[in-house]
Amino acid sequence: MSSALISANGVGKRYFLGADPFGTLSLRDRVTDVVRSAFRSRPPAASRDFWALRNVGFELHRGEVLGVIGRNGAGKSTLLKILSQITEPTEGEVNLYGRVSSLLEVGVGFHPELSGRENVFLNGAILGMSRAEMRRKFDEIVAFAEVEAFIDTPVKRYSSGMYVRLAFAVAAHLEPDVLIVDEVLAVGDAAFQRKCLGKMESVASQDRAVMVVSHNMSVVTQLCERVLWLDRGEVVAAGVTREVVGAYLAQGSTSAGSWSPPAQAGVPLQLHSVSILRDGGTTGDIAGDEPFEIVFDYSVVAPLAPGRLAILIGDANGTAILTSTSTDKMPALREPWRPGHHRVYCRIPGNLLAPGRYFITVAEPLESGGDILHHGALSITISEQNSLAARDGRHGVIAPLLEWREEDAT
Amino acid sequence: MVPESNTRFTSGSDPASLANLLGRACYSPFMHKVLRPRHGLARLKLAEVWEYRELMFFLAWRDILVRYKQTEIGILWAFIRPFITMVIFTIVFGRMAKLPSANLPYPVFALAGLLPWQLFSTAFSEASSSIVGAGQLVSKVYFPRLIIPISATFSVLVDFLVSALMLAALMLWYKVPISMNTLWVIPLTALCMLAAIGSGILFAALYVRYRDIRHVLPFIVQFGLYISPVGFMSTMIPAKWRLLYSLNPMVGVIDGFRWALFGGTNAIDVQALTLSIVLTVMVLIGGLYYFRNTERVFADII
Repeated sequence: MSSALISANGVGKRYFLGADPFGTLSLRDRVTDVVRSAFRSRPPAASRDFWALRNVGFELHRGEVLGVIGRNGAGKSTLLKILSQITEPTEGEVNLYGRVSSLLEVGVGFHPELSGRENVFLNGAILGMSRAEMRRKFDEIVAFAEVEAFIDTPVKRYSSGMYVRLAFAVAAHLEPDVLIVDEVLAVGDAAFQRKCLGKMESVASQDRAVMVVSHNMSVVTQLCERVLWLDRGEVVAAGVTREVVGAYLAQGSTSAGSWSPPAQAGVPLQLHSVSILRDGGTTGDIAGDEPFEIVFDYSVVAPLAPGRLAILIGDANGTAILTSTSTDKMPALREPWRPGHHRVYCRIPGNLLAPGRYFITVAEPLESGGDILHHGALSITISEQNSLAARDGRHGVIAPLLEWREEDAT
Repeated sequence: MVPESNTRFTSGSDPASLANLLGRACYSPFMHKVLRPRHGLARLKLAEVWEYRELMFFLAWRDILVRYKQTEIGILWAFIRPFITMVIFTIVFGRMAKLPSANLPYPVFALAGLLPWQLFSTAFSEASSSIVGAGQLVSKVYFPRLIIPISATFSVLVDFLVSALMLAALMLWYKVPISMNTLWVIPLTALCMLAAIGSGILFAALYVRYRDIRHVLPFIVQFGLYISPVGFMSTMIPAKWRLLYSLNPMVGVIDGFRWALFGGTNAIDVQALTLSIVLTVMVLIGGLYYFRNTERVFADII
């Protein structure tokens, strides 16, 4: 037998949309059918079905951290719910060889009226810890959460940070064979997030396994050796993190050098296109020493609160390399937007990025304030040609041309 | 990154896990579970519910704690509710309607009926709305769903025990003799709990799917009070209707309570009690099966 802790085969989950969303039941259950038919006065209306997950298979081994990535609605959460036994698969089979604990939401079962201490015990019981286990770990949990002074205060008086830390601390001290985590690292401050990541890494190093869903590609890259990429309920790719994350980020972005968002009516700022310009032409391939510009082409058709355009350049692992915004150097753009058709240019010098593939996320302002992000809208390839990094196998994420000078010290 | 926690994490074979193994029957390093679509009638898997008994205890404990948090008089509410009902019953049925009370002081007579009835009605309505009330738990964590309604009924049992003290005090006050027969109250309370659990889990499962239940529940509780022999003696029902009347499981329980506490003229109707027991067991089994067969979609539709 292999070391698999979870092995899934052909797993699918169907939901019914429309008038009779629970059609599965009446087809399958004679008993419930009898009871139900007593309540139902009309025949079930036609319903559309929808596969949230289809033909998904994978294995999770001891000592492994498996990432699950995909866009919203790709079926990631449905998969985790099936593995956590919260809902049943419609088809296929999952074999669990060990105790599985899942953390789909931080602080499930926390009651605001109860004290921190009471909630630790309650939450621990809900997540499957025995009382003896909890008594043994209680001090460790409280210390991890850094809430010692408030442990007998009702959690409704906690700050949201304290609340989340305590909730995560309980979950982090579970000792399951498999820990399933859904995007919970989006909580807490950076220091606490690092602590949580460390805890999860240590779980994997203890011959257990972790399965984690995240939209944060740098967390996925840092934590996982293997990644499962889902799209519209199906596995698009599974394998080594670098490759799958790279392909995931590349998907949907254009390397032709220009990208246009779907047209939106009624918004005050209409973004027509974002392009990469080199020597006056659009392109996605740049030589190492060539400067290029990212051009936002937009119209302001209605009054709009002051805001900004921004770019985020990330590498193929999802690690953010840099962020730059239109208000960094152009005070004029801090003023209210002027109506009309405009272009804004962001110049990126040559000899900055190391050779490789990059994804550019662009941000435009929202009417209500804040930004809307278009993840990986553009991709760009910096070639080794004339790149400093290529010169003698240099290391580094960036390859800038820096100034060196010499002075006579006499 | 967090070195101290690295070393404290325990793996499969050390003594800490052994303690774990002893403390928690369901944990086994070689556990194997298959998740696949179920077909046909679900198994009850009551053993799994038993494995999670600690959680059942914790949820009941939470309900009790929360019920009286930030209340000024706390657990006294457990006295006040049956007390006021008793006073009203005494005035309306005892004084004004002058219903017979088997030669007992009417307040004692009424309270002896009110206690099991309030246990049943509160446990039943708490259990019925428990699953919908625990929507977040149901859609985010796995444990046997039966735990939720069952723990809800047990949290009510504590209130019952508290208000039973009031009955004891009242019996001492009115110098009602107490006999060994009183011990029969214990199995009768168990019967009452089983009736509440059986009907409660049935309604809890129905409630997830049919939110109409919310409007039906208060009606059932209200109506049940008047058709159960709480304020009057079931001997007031004409003999030919007695068996039909006993289809209400609470008839056997309430009559049984009075017989156990006061004996004598409150002779127990064995036939009616048997009918109560049979019906309770049937409702319980039916409720369990209905619940287990619908719980698979709870998370999808709650």
